[in-house]
Amino acid sequence: MTSLPQTTHRKLGLVIDLDTCVGCHACVIACKGWNTENYGAPLSDQDPYGADPVGTFLNRVHSYEVQPAAAPAQLVHFPKSCLHCDDAPCVTVCPTGASYKRVEDGIVLVNESDCIGCGLCAWSCPYGARELDAAEGVMKKCTLCVDRIYNENLPEEDREPACVRTCPAGARHFGDFADPDSNVSKLSAERGGMDLMPELGTKPVNKYLPPKPKDTWEGEVDVLAPWLEPVATEATGFLGWLDKALEKI
Amino acid sequence: MHPAPSIIAFTTLSGLGLGLLFWLGIDPDPSGGWVGFTFFTLAFGMTGIGLAASTFHLGHPERALKAFSQWQSSWLSREAWAAASAMLVMGLYAFCLIVLGVHVAVLGWLGALLCMATVGTTSMIYAQLKTIPRWHHWSTPVLFFALSLGGGALLAGKISMAIFLIALAGGVQAYWFWQGDLRFGDAGATIGTATGLGDRGSVRAFEPPHTGTNYLLKEFVYVVGRKHGDKLRLISLGLMTVLPLMILLTNPHHLMAIIAVLSHVTGVVVSRWLFFAQAEHVVGLYYGKR
Repeated sequence: MTSLPQTTHRKLGLVIDLDTCVGCHACVIACKGWNTENYGAPLSDQDPYGADPVGTFLNRVHSYEVQPAAAPAQLVHFPKSCLHCDDAPCVTVCPTGASYKRVEDGIVLVNESDCIGCGLCAWSCPYGARELDAAEGVMKKCTLCVDRIYNENLPEEDREPACVRTCPAGARHFGDFADPDSNVSKLSAERGGMDLMPELGTKPVNKYLPPKPKDTWEGEVDVLAPWLEPVATEATGFLGWLDKALEKI
Repeated sequence: MHPAPSIIAFTTLSGLGLGLLFWLGIDPDPSGGWVGFTFFTLAFGMTGIGLAASTFHLGHPERALKAFSQWQSSWLSREAWAAASAMLVMGLYAFCLIVLGVHVAVLGWLGALLCMATVGTTSMIYAQLKTIPRWHHWSTPVLFFALSLGGGALLAGKISMAIFLIALAGGVQAYWFWQGDLRFGDAGATIGTATGLGDRGSVRAFEPPHTGTNYLLKEFVYVVGRKHGDKLRLISLGLMTVLPLMILLTNPHHLMAIIAVLSHVTGVVVSRWLFFAQAEHVVGLYYGKR
């Protein structure tokens, strides 16, 4: 059924820390590795070793440069996967009922045997979280590793999404946003977790932690600092003459 | 948006075919016999080819029947119902009229209503998408209705209706083209809101996630031919509205009417190509593109 549930019992999702992410793309590879051989159709590549490689990924890392008005530019690495929105437009547009949001944990999934590959869900997603697999003709998206998080055949520490498990920087956190005492709820509250494109009204579950402000050189840094101030305010001697001479030309 | 030929063919042909069926359905004094047969064959032919073309862009066309299940929530599912019932009712109406020689006016009216419902649901598939601000506007359904009814009237030979509706469609189309240019800005999504970093400074896409291209860029960030956008808009309006109107107002005999129809259809195809090619999806913001 492609109507959205009124509420979900749990709200599983990710917190992504933009302050910590180093842009190594390990989550991209871990995601592709796990999801190409588990839930649903494999994530195909076309011309992978040729001149024009292209393929299906459920998680991609962008990098942005932020230039503040009066401070050095900052580089922010930006992993992006499905945000498992509360008001997910990709679910309601689906004509077959293949796209759905689970009542028990809020995960947005695709039932691939019902998917006709019309692509409308990908059109409705502002975040580019859905990609139509060119080989299988069905829509692929992040499953929040639904086949890991409840998998009792795995050791307990592995029962989290592959991207979270692999992140060497600890920039990705997995948990239940419906529980105010969960790790993700607390992190999001402490660090001002934000929604992406809130103006589109999708109410994303995943939260992004903004990069912390960079430190500045305001105030006295060291008692000796005043002695290190530049002394020569105006050039004298030969350089002074050269300066004036060049000015006149 | 990637202008897929299958979707352009579908919306153009089925729009015109359904418009023609509408006028055939509400005709108080319809022609039966061979004349009626020719009109209905043309209308069903265009609508049918259009609907068939729409399944070509599916990844799994063999599962298309599943699309009838979600009519409560999905405009695409509603379109499937509207199109199937319109075809069924109009088919029955045409059968009664041509084979049995009986004019069942109620059936014609019902069929005409269902034809317009199909055009309406098609337009809502596009107009519902907040991610494509150019489409997400009341004028998108109005444009689809005006083009379908105007083109249908032209094909049905309802000259005075065609003159009025094609002029109206031209006006709506011009408004839709140029007012639509402002809508992406009005929607408020920027690279700053997309990344949540906009309040710290100006944000620039520094490095994309991959060296090649991907599904998202191919499907949503189509930039080919944009530089000719304004010229193509004028060509579209000229062929769709100006030339047919000149013919209809001066010399609407049979041969000239065919030229008017061909010109109108070509204009609508150009308009539909622009409908997709000039539509910017907000996901382009993540790539620093529009």
